[in-house]
Amino acid sequence: MKKTYIAPNIERNSAGNMNKYGAKSVVRYQDRIESIPITDLVKEYGSPLIVLSEAQMRKRYRRLLDTMKMHYPQVEMAWSYKTNYLAAVCNVFHQEGARAEVVSRMEYEMARTRGIKGRDIIFNGPGKSPDALRIAIEEEALIHIDHLDELYLIEKLARELDTKAQVAIRVNMDTGISPQWTRFGFNYENGEAYRSIQRLLSGKMMNLRGLHTHIGTFILDANAYYWAAKALLELASRIEKDNGIVLEYIDMGGGFASQNTLHNQYTPGEFASPSFDQYALAIGNAFNESHFVTEHLPKLVLETGRALVDEAGYMISTVLGKKNMPSGERAVILDAGVNTAITAWWYKLKVSPTRSFPGAYQNTIFYGPLCMNIDVIRPALPFPDLQFGDKVLITPVGAYNNTQWMQFIEYRPQIVMITETGQTELIREAESLQDITARERIPEHLRKL
Amino acid sequence: METSLLQNLAMNDNGFIFDPISGYSYTSNETGLIILKLLASGLDKAEIRAQIMDEYEVSADNFDSDFEHYLLMLDALNLVEY
Repeated sequence: MKKTYIAPNIERNSAGNMNKYGAKSVVRYQDRIESIPITDLVKEYGSPLIVLSEAQMRKRYRRLLDTMKMHYPQVEMAWSYKTNYLAAVCNVFHQEGARAEVVSRMEYEMARTRGIKGRDIIFNGPGKSPDALRIAIEEEALIHIDHLDELYLIEKLARELDTKAQVAIRVNMDTGISPQWTRFGFNYENGEAYRSIQRLLSGKMMNLRGLHTHIGTFILDANAYYWAAKALLELASRIEKDNGIVLEYIDMGGGFASQNTLHNQYTPGEFASPSFDQYALAIGNAFNESHFVTEHLPKLVLETGRALVDEAGYMISTVLGKKNMPSGERAVILDAGVNTAITAWWYKLKVSPTRSFPGAYQNTIFYGPLCMNIDVIRPALPFPDLQFGDKVLITPVGAYNNTQWMQFIEYRPQIVMITETGQTELIREAESLQDITARERIPEHLRKL
Repeated sequence: METSLLQNLAMNDNGFIFDPISGYSYTSNETGLIILKLLASGLDKAEIRAQIMDEYEVSADNFDSDFEHYLLMLDALNLVEY
């Protein structure tokens, strides 16, 4: 019997390439996801395939909640729909006790369809339509006001409906990080937030229930949350002093980083991203220093999405072919590209072989199947010589992929969930031509070819 | 193709290669090492292909593409003039 062929390769040996994390001389392979062989998953559900782990989601949710409660006991979570609004994923977090945090009418309707009551929905976002706001007011959802025009509109709608809207004000502030996110809500430092609250109260059509901030995304400096919480609590104290209103909750938004690594980031995510402890300590310190908190124990709301679900998502993809690039690198063409894993554009996603390989590694670029130069899952990475049909595992992909993925060139693949008991459940079927064309209409004169 | 520089290389069976003239050392995988040795002994592409296909499970097309790529690597490392 002939030996297995591996493409010839030679590398010049060089010293000094170690970094402080040590040199990795072996590319580790992963042939299972939570004890289910990857070959079995592909055999049953096809490739590419997105796999989500229920156990991971629940574990991370409980760990974050427990950690926060060690620093401040009154914590509530709201599941950020935009991070992953697959019904099965939302329901995992709702079963754990999370409210819904939505940013559009579509997401609002998703939450309602899943049985979440209006009063358990937090309605964020900068572009709420009048229709959506009307429903949210009627159903007593917590509307987080983003700008003055929205405030006026809510006031008008509440008057028409002869009811009071349940609201919070979105506040942005300098938390010492760059870029400072000023596009959401009203500014704290220049007094805009305070003035908008005075305007809100003077209209008498809204119950001001809380304050909200969304300081940014993938925040690698946990301390930013200390300054954000401090500013919101100072504002809450001032509202109590000037208006006699005691706010029920302080919503710190989302933005906790996952273990992913940004493209321009040198230190790998598993070392650079703050732990839940660090975020909890920063927020807890601000809360525990505040007189307002000592007197009123407001609820602390978190809208964490990415840090709860990113690591729970895996993508299995198959090698369709390989190429030798003029640069000397090897390129591999996979059956899944940025159409299914759009976060490859901003993260260095981890690509792992799914079987062991002997021998040396060569820099390999991972392309997707799209006829577009931008379809790169991962730029050059030392990798063994893959063969046609080999599978690779791409991680972590649980956050922002199943919501931002594109219906572009290819059908979107199946998604399965590995349950806590180790069973696999199909939670979204692969698309077909019918899904893509069902809503199209062809004018009469264009029907005949 | 000029392959005379390959005569000077010290090649270990595990794929460690040392060039005493430049002082550089290299690591090659199994097939890379075999091809290097065959090139050093003066064999041409067809002869090397026949030997590799005799020993390994690979098609001629696949091998030819990889062989061309390998020669470009050796050329970039100044080990052959291709």
